Amino acid sequence: MTRLLEVNNLHTRFKVRNGYLYAVNGVSFTLDKGEMLGVVGESGCGKSVSMMSLIKLLPPAAQITDGEVLLDGIDLSNASTGEINAIRGSKVGMIFQDPMTSLNPFMKIGAQLVEGIIYHKRLKRSEAMKQAAKYLDLVGISNSEHRLNEYPHQLSGGMRQRVMIAMALLSEPELVIADEPTTALDVTIQAQIVELVKELREKLNMSIIWITHDLSLLAGMVDRIMVMYGGSVVEEAPIDEIYKSPRHPYTIGLLKSIPSIHTEAGSRLPSIAGAPPNLFVEPTSCPFAARCGYCTERCRKEIPSLKPVTGEGANPHHRIACWVDVTQREAAE
Amino acid sequence: MNMNVKQPLVTVKNLVKHFPVKLGAFGSENAVVHAIDDVSFDIYKGETLGLVGESGCGKSTTGFTILQLYRSTSGSVEFEGVNLAALPKKELQAMRKRAQIVFQDPYSTLNPRMTIGEALAEPMKVHKICPDKDIPARTAQLIRDVGLNPNVSNRYPHEFSGGQRQRICIARALASDPEFIVCDEPISALDVSIQAQIINLLMDIQEKYGLTYLFIAHDLAVVRHISDRIAVMYLGKIMEIADKAELFRRPVHPYTKALLSAVPEADPDIERGRQRIILKGDVSNAIDPPKGCRFHPRCAYATERCSQSVPELEDVGGGHMVACSRISEIEAQEA
Repeated sequence: MTRLLEVNNLHTRFKVRNGYLYAVNGVSFTLDKGEMLGVVGESGCGKSVSMMSLIKLLPPAAQITDGEVLLDGIDLSNASTGEINAIRGSKVGMIFQDPMTSLNPFMKIGAQLVEGIIYHKRLKRSEAMKQAAKYLDLVGISNSEHRLNEYPHQLSGGMRQRVMIAMALLSEPELVIADEPTTALDVTIQAQIVELVKELREKLNMSIIWITHDLSLLAGMVDRIMVMYGGSVVEEAPIDEIYKSPRHPYTIGLLKSIPSIHTEAGSRLPSIAGAPPNLFVEPTSCPFAARCGYCTERCRKEIPSLKPVTGEGANPHHRIACWVDVTQREAAE
Repeated sequence: MNMNVKQPLVTVKNLVKHFPVKLGAFGSENAVVHAIDDVSFDIYKGETLGLVGESGCGKSTTGFTILQLYRSTSGSVEFEGVNLAALPKKELQAMRKRAQIVFQDPYSTLNPRMTIGEALAEPMKVHKICPDKDIPARTAQLIRDVGLNPNVSNRYPHEFSGGQRQRICIARALASDPEFIVCDEPISALDVSIQAQIINLLMDIQEKYGLTYLFIAHDLAVVRHISDRIAVMYLGKIMEIADKAELFRRPVHPYTKALLSAVPEADPDIERGRQRIILKGDVSNAIDPPKGCRFHPRCAYATERCSQSVPELEDVGGGHMVACSRISEIEAQEA
């Protein structure tokens, strides 16, 4: 597989009243063509901000202080506003969380859909509309010609999210960033959207980054998972690895705390003590140290970097950022 | 569970709640939202009844109407034999100390200008739970019960995280020494790693105080973990109600089946092997709900009959109730 995206040591912070909020602290990862990557973490862990930093889709208070982003060999980190504009919506498509607020209520569906391709591909309006109708069909909206003339309030939540997906795909992007696209939807509608994305991915061979806080949702969908905590990537592995042999204490705790068919009903759920970290100070230690049961002196003093796991049968693509290899330690005890 | 003979604490009978709304550009049309329509069930002493369904199906309205925070349109809610729906406001007030609620959003349901101690003391004063001089000691005890340090009682809500605030809301619900608590999506607004803490806390205090819960949530995995029995709602109606184990082992109603199959599991092997039932379309409008069975426009098994007559809840064995007129055909087809 060929590489589509390479991100090195990305740092993003927000200017706040008395200093900075350190949202993303040294995120590095790669993505191949046609690959689907799941990014998982709790609210405030930096998962959305890091992905939005790739295409600089950030509020004015945000500053990208360091890092390199290479998309298909193009260096986005030093790109001008004009260059970034040419990439957003053409090479990179976005699907946002809330279809209720990310569609313009005063514009007809058709007009919103074609705005991007008219700008990027310089198509005639009539041609663009034909294209838009085709994509509405593709995402499973029946009677598409008619829908183009409707307003967002005439569609249900699930339909609006389908429109958002059609909009992201219209310009045939190489990379789609889906930021919690099903969080605002009900489970039965979520199942519809997940099936749709899986189908489309096979048909169109795109790379997808799917951001979510729901680890269970990713199990049937992505190739690889990246777990984020406190602005850093703490673990990254192919899908089977991460669910079957998680190695970072945070991932282990997170997986255990999800009630499933295997947890004995009525028993106490293993929970992670404490609360998510304070991001108003520049990190100098492992972000998870304060909540970690395996925390050592070193964890409080040095930031661990993402390194391949060691030991017998270790998967070379499985990487964790942890000073203590929990599995090794448990084996020794 | 140490109950051989189950006694209902709350009996809901033919409960209806309609909200009048104005439609049209100038509010010229009158319409009615059928939030809950003819709902009946029991909640037994000491149990947790889970109430699940998608947004807008009326599960929170059911919780609010049971407590008469919304006065019901018709039907009755019996709390140990007393019909709350028929009580005048004053007497209802006296019943409130026995039935409390924990809301979904701990950010908007704590008064930002009241310290934690004041928030907890208020229900004690209103309901005269204990002499005024004992209030500080009882407040401290409640704060300890929910896993916080008693010295937080002089602090304000903004000083706490979401999980801590939800603990405070739980302590406030406990302050009037209730027997019954409606938990209305108490964990949906919290981070994943905090959710498990709150679920554990709710289970601990249930054991300690012998509480009965109505646990409302849209997350089936969580409901499965905490509930003894589960009721599934769809568009203002109860579709199926059964023992938790029974419901997950043998879901009967086509909607329950689809709902269970839509819940993702954190296991790639299960996910690859599973056959999802993907429902067509969206939930219908509660202003103009479908005639007959509310689910029939999305149901793969629907017939002409389903669009005309409303199926009643029927016992299919051992207290497993299902509202579907095609149960036998569906089961025969699958066997």
